[in-house]
Amino acid sequence: MDFVENIVGRKIPKKINGRKLQPFMGLGKYTMPTHKAASRIRRRLPGETKLLHSIDEAIEKSELKDGMTISFHHHFRGGDNLMNLVIKKIAEKGIKNITLAPSSIHPVHAPLVKYLEDGTITNISCGVTGPVGDAISRGKLKGILTVRSHGGRARSIEDGDCKIDVTFIGAPTADEFGNLNGVDGDQACGPLGYLVPDAQFADLVIAVTNNLVPFPCNHISINQNHVDYVVEIKEPIGDPDGIVSGTTRITRDPIRLGIAKTCVKVIEASGLLKDRFSFQSGAGGITLAVTKFLSERMKELDIKGSFGMGGSTSALVEMLESGLFTRILDVQAFDKVAIQSLKNNPNHIGIGASQYANIHSSGAAVNVLDTVVLGATEVDIDFNVNVVTESDGRILHGIGGHQDTSEGAKLSIVALPLLRGRNPVVIDRVTTVTAPGMNIDVVVTDYGVAVNPKSEYYRKLVKSTGINFMTIEELRDIAYNLVGGAPDSIPFEDRVVAIIEHRDGTILDVIHQIKD
Amino acid sequence: MSKDVKIVKRTIEDVTKIRRTRLYIPGNNPAMIRNAPLFGADQVIFDLEDGVAVNQKDSARILVRNALKSLDFGDTEVTVRINALGTDFFEDDLAEIIPTKPYAIVLPKAETHSQLLQICDKIATIEERNGMPIGTIKLMPIIESAMGVLQAEQIALATDRIVGISPGGEDLTADIGAERTVEGEELLYIRSKLLIAARGAGVQVYDTVFTNIRDKVGLILQTKKIVRLGYDGKACVHPSQIEPIHKSFMPTEEQIERAERIVEAYQLAQKEGVGVICVDNRMIDVPVVKRSERILKRAEAGRKR
Repeated sequence: MDFVENIVGRKIPKKINGRKLQPFMGLGKYTMPTHKAASRIRRRLPGETKLLHSIDEAIEKSELKDGMTISFHHHFRGGDNLMNLVIKKIAEKGIKNITLAPSSIHPVHAPLVKYLEDGTITNISCGVTGPVGDAISRGKLKGILTVRSHGGRARSIEDGDCKIDVTFIGAPTADEFGNLNGVDGDQACGPLGYLVPDAQFADLVIAVTNNLVPFPCNHISINQNHVDYVVEIKEPIGDPDGIVSGTTRITRDPIRLGIAKTCVKVIEASGLLKDRFSFQSGAGGITLAVTKFLSERMKELDIKGSFGMGGSTSALVEMLESGLFTRILDVQAFDKVAIQSLKNNPNHIGIGASQYANIHSSGAAVNVLDTVVLGATEVDIDFNVNVVTESDGRILHGIGGHQDTSEGAKLSIVALPLLRGRNPVVIDRVTTVTAPGMNIDVVVTDYGVAVNPKSEYYRKLVKSTGINFMTIEELRDIAYNLVGGAPDSIPFEDRVVAIIEHRDGTILDVIHQIKD
Repeated sequence: MSKDVKIVKRTIEDVTKIRRTRLYIPGNNPAMIRNAPLFGADQVIFDLEDGVAVNQKDSARILVRNALKSLDFGDTEVTVRINALGTDFFEDDLAEIIPTKPYAIVLPKAETHSQLLQICDKIATIEERNGMPIGTIKLMPIIESAMGVLQAEQIALATDRIVGISPGGEDLTADIGAERTVEGEELLYIRSKLLIAARGAGVQVYDTVFTNIRDKVGLILQTKKIVRLGYDGKACVHPSQIEPIHKSFMPTEEQIERAERIVEAYQLAQKEGVGVICVDNRMIDVPVVKRSERILKRAEAGRKR
């Protein structure tokens, strides 16, 4: 296999699975295609019905064949039943070589592993969390896994890199003419933002629902003009308990709370924390605590921000309701409070994945973001970040919006404890580069804070007081000292099992099969 | 004792250092031990006593010993609470821990002057055997019985190693037959008596733990009370108690401003050889200056963490 080295020092095969790979070359350097792809033209004449009553019927109508690409959303997270249900039916029909391109795969999709093994699914395009990722790391997927960020996924669909033949949209609520929303019904999950590109660009769009309402439903998230069939089934498409929690609870771990407080100090020291400030939060332990402490600090300083971007949580909604932000832009909701807010508060605005983060668009929301606080599994001394592979080399997470927000936001902060168990996480070289170091401004840990010398905020930040600044190398040294030295490198097989795309479609890194 | 044995005396720094928070960390919890310097406490106490089950005593002792040998705790003062004299673990605790040079040994169930002297002898022997100057390891006795309270003066004065004493609230209230309350009336006499004993001996005094880790309001109320009494610090059972305690120890702006004026006036008077100084038309004596210095030190610490 021929390799070239990209600008973050990773060896990229020139070609894999018939696809010619472009190595990552930096922000805006890659020559993009001139036009977007288009979906197949469909026609609905007056009097025709869209209503179907079983998944089998839907698959037959879709004319799904060997080698096609199908997609699903992950808004049901750990409560999703639909993807397992549909793929089981596809396998029963003997259809093979499917490329699965959902917006994410979760641990609840563990039953899919057998369909990797039997060749029903041979390629996957998306972030993967849980047993499916583990199986891919062990070489069980015959083709390749293409890992993209949320924005990268939207781009790949709209540019035509990832042509979706059929998309199956789990709709918490649908009317018989194909208007869908995510705020009503037992499986309410918030916006259906991640499948907006699929709805617009797939050749066929099938909505599956347990909650069929008379036309027209209100709070339309995906429109009738994109939806070909509406399938009403009795079998639950999602388990409400796995979809959202009541409210997302803040961590009580003093170490994580300490890191969150430091993040707020860094944001303040950067000078960005002023009126019209914007911020993206997450639902992770540290980032949720950042939202809380930021909120307190904004109140103390009497700062009125402009918008908060979701994944929305009750903490972000509280900021909107107390006037700390005037709007929430929201691509997914993590708890019931956030869903209710999206439904009832006109200032809580649902957006699609492309509007959120597609670099090949006339404007992604991440571009106007002041700051984002992100997690990571590893960071290296070049500030490269890994969020996909664990320290043992296995694929265990997706990229999410990490790559998009860190590139778009003015100040990107990666917050993480210096050790996870006995593993150092600030290290010489990350196992996998999932976001290039050039996009990371600050690394905040429990032991100290390192600012990227290439960050435009470097001079301002290191001059500020009350923050324990050190170099990234010093952080690495502390981590290595605590665990008794640098970890051994992970043994991999030669076979490449996954590629990590940058959001522009070039290749940041590849993942090899692990040695069992 | 051979001639070249070195002796270190207690210094002013030893008995004036800021120790607002003393965080107990169970000696058998490696993650917490590793994270000890990150919680922001002025002092941590690695606990080998009540926080460790009897069948875990050996492993905790080994873990704490190795942590003290190999980890860097930065500017967090490190102490170890060993098992009491007379228990099966006391001798081993001393023998393993003293050579790793924690700042001090926190000594539970201190009751008599002679008991303290006996312990000092044992520590001195271990120090000498390990080539450490005698007196390196300081002592922080906890008084946990009515008998100990009666002997508080004698305990505080027993040895130069002592830098501070404290009441053990739970055991004490049980011993005297009182009920433990949030208001803390049952401990008022004991707290006052220990405070006088400590000050009489020229050492610090630290309050007992506040056990309800969810009750921040109660913690702040109790801490403010002991700050007003004159206490130098308070023990914590959970890292989340550190910030409320530090806040409670933070002097008010008026206190800081007045303390600054007193210290400045005193320094000026010293320089110019003036005997009597006045601030706000009030005569200022040396104890008032000392208290002002303590306020300024606390304010400085409060700004840091």
